[in-house]
Amino acid sequence: MTRSLILGAVLSSLVVLAALTSFVWTPYDHAAMNIPDKLQPPGAAHWFGTDHFGRDLFSMIMVGARTSIAVALVAVGIGMGLGVPLGLMAAARKGGWIDEVIMRGNDLVFAFPSLVIAILITAVLGAGAVNAIIAIGIFNIPVFARITRGAALSLWEREFILAARVAGKSDARISAEHILPNVTNLLIVQGTIQFSLGILAEAGLSYVGLGAQPPTPSWGRMLADAQTMVSFAPHLALIPGLAIIVTVLGLNLMGDGLRDWLDPRLRVARA
Amino acid sequence: MLRYSIKRLMSLAISLAVASLVIFLVIEVAPGDPASYMLGINAQPDTVAALRAELGLDVSRPVRYLAWVGGMLSGDFGTSYTYRTPVAGMIGDRLWVSLPLALLALMLSTLIAFPAGIYAAARRGRPGDVSVMGATQLGIAVPNFWFAMMLVLIFAVDLRWFRAGGFAGWDKGFWVAMHSLTLPAISLALPQAAILTRVMRSALLDILGEDFMRTARAKGLSRRQTLWRHGVRNALIPVLTIIGLQFSFLLAGSIIIEQVFNLPGLGRLVFQSISSRDLIVVESVVMLLVFAVIVVNFLVDLAYAAVDPRLRART
Repeated sequence: MTRSLILGAVLSSLVVLAALTSFVWTPYDHAAMNIPDKLQPPGAAHWFGTDHFGRDLFSMIMVGARTSIAVALVAVGIGMGLGVPLGLMAAARKGGWIDEVIMRGNDLVFAFPSLVIAILITAVLGAGAVNAIIAIGIFNIPVFARITRGAALSLWEREFILAARVAGKSDARISAEHILPNVTNLLIVQGTIQFSLGILAEAGLSYVGLGAQPPTPSWGRMLADAQTMVSFAPHLALIPGLAIIVTVLGLNLMGDGLRDWLDPRLRVARA
Repeated sequence: MLRYSIKRLMSLAISLAVASLVIFLVIEVAPGDPASYMLGINAQPDTVAALRAELGLDVSRPVRYLAWVGGMLSGDFGTSYTYRTPVAGMIGDRLWVSLPLALLALMLSTLIAFPAGIYAAARRGRPGDVSVMGATQLGIAVPNFWFAMMLVLIFAVDLRWFRAGGFAGWDKGFWVAMHSLTLPAISLALPQAAILTRVMRSALLDILGEDFMRTARAKGLSRRQTLWRHGVRNALIPVLTIIGLQFSFLLAGSIIIEQVFNLPGLGRLVFQSISSRDLIVVESVVMLLVFAVIVVNFLVDLAYAAVDPRLRART
C-alpha cells in the first residue's frame, strides 16, 4: 500500500462518512433559517459558521456531500454500464464495422465538451440534478469504452484467449468470462478518476445553475450564493470550495495509489 | 502527406455533418414553439402563424436543417428570435471576449507547465520533483471558478489591483482590455497548467529512458544539452496533442469563468439564450464550439503527421 492510497482513502472516506451520517444526524437542520444568527464566522456553536439566512454551514456541507456523491456515482455507473460493453464489443470485432461505428461515435462525444452537452440538455429538458447526471454520464461512456477496448485488444492476442476459443467459447462468453475480469483493475482506477471529475463537473454545473435546484443543497450552489457576499463573509466561499478540494484530491490520490497497488509490474519494480 | 490530409479532411467533414445533425435534432425536440413563446399566451393563431413563417419555422425539418447548415457555410447563422438581429453578429461580438480569454489562458498554462514539467522530470524523485507533483495534484483538485472567487477576494477586494468583474472593451485600448482579462485567464489556466505539467514530465521521463539519450551523453553533450536538444524536442509531440485538447476545455471552461467575472462572452450569451428560449442562438454557439474542437484536433493530427512520418504510414 502506498502513502497516497492511504491518504486518499482517508480523505475520501471522511467525505463519504459525512454524507452517510447526514441521513441520521446533522448538528442543525440544514434548511432551518435563523436570521438573528446570520453570517456567523466559524465558531464553537456553528463549526463552519452560518450563511445569510442563518443556516448552519456544517450541516449544509454534510447534506451537500450527498448530492455531489450521488450525481458523480450515478454518472460513473452510466459510463461504465454502457461504455464497458461497447468497448468489449469493439475489441471482439476489431476492425469490423461495429468497432468503427463505436469508435467514431466516441470521437463524436469527445468533440462535445461535457459542459456543452450539459447546456444542450438543459436547453431541452431544463436544469436539474437528473439532467446533470445524464450530461456527465454521457461524457463518461466514451472514456470507459476507449479504455476497455484498448486493454481488451491486447488481451485478445494472448494464449489463454486462444485456448478458450479452441474450447469452443463464443466471443461474447470470452469477453464476459476472460476479458472482463482482466480489465477490472483498470476500470476501478479509471472509475475513481471519473468519480472525482464528476464531483468537479457537478459543482461547476450547479454553480451556473444547471445542476441540482433548490432546496436540494449542493456545494456548487453554495458557492454561487456566496459570490455576492465574499467581501464580508469569505467563509461562505472558502468552506464549500475546500470541501470540493478535499473530495477531489482524496479521490485522485486514491486513484493514483490504487493504480500503483493493483499493477503487479510496478509492485515487482518496487520490491 | 497529401493522401493522409485528404483522408483526414473527409473524416473531418463527416464529423462536422454528424455533429450538426445531432445538435439540430436535440434542439428540435425541445418542447415549446419559439413563435408562441415570443408572442405570449394571448396571441392570435394567425399572428403566431405569420411569425412562424417569418422565422422560417413553417417548412419541414429536413428543409430547415439544410437551410441552417447552408446558411452557416455562407456565414449566415440566422436571426435571433428575441433580439431580431443576425446571430452571426451577436456571436462575433462575444467571440472577441471568449477567444482572447481562451488564448491568454492557453499561453499562461503553457508558460507555467513547460518549465515546471521539465524541472520535475530533470529532478525525478528528488524534493523538487515531489513538491511540483504535489502542487499539480492540488491544482487539478481546485475548481477553477472557486479559484477565481479567491483571486477576486485577494486581488480585487483586498489589494484593489484589478476590478472584480466586467470587461473594459477593446476600444479602451489593448492593455486596459487585457487587464480585465488577467484574473479570468489565470483562474482558467491553473488546472490546465497542472495537467500539462504532469504530461510534460511523464513525456520527458519516457524520452530520458531512450537509448539515443545515452548516445547523446556518450558523444560528449552535457546533461543540459541532451535534455534540451534531444529530450524536450521529442517530448513536445505528446504535449502538443494535450494542448490541442485543452483548447476545447478552455473554450468550454470560459463559459463558467465568464459567469464569475461577468464577462460578456459566449457563455453569457448561451445562458441568456437558454432562459429566453432563443434556441437558434444556443444551436449556433454550440455548433461553433464543437466546430472549434473538431478543427483544432484535426490541425493537431496534421501537425503530428507532418512531424512524424510514421503516423502517415500507419493510417
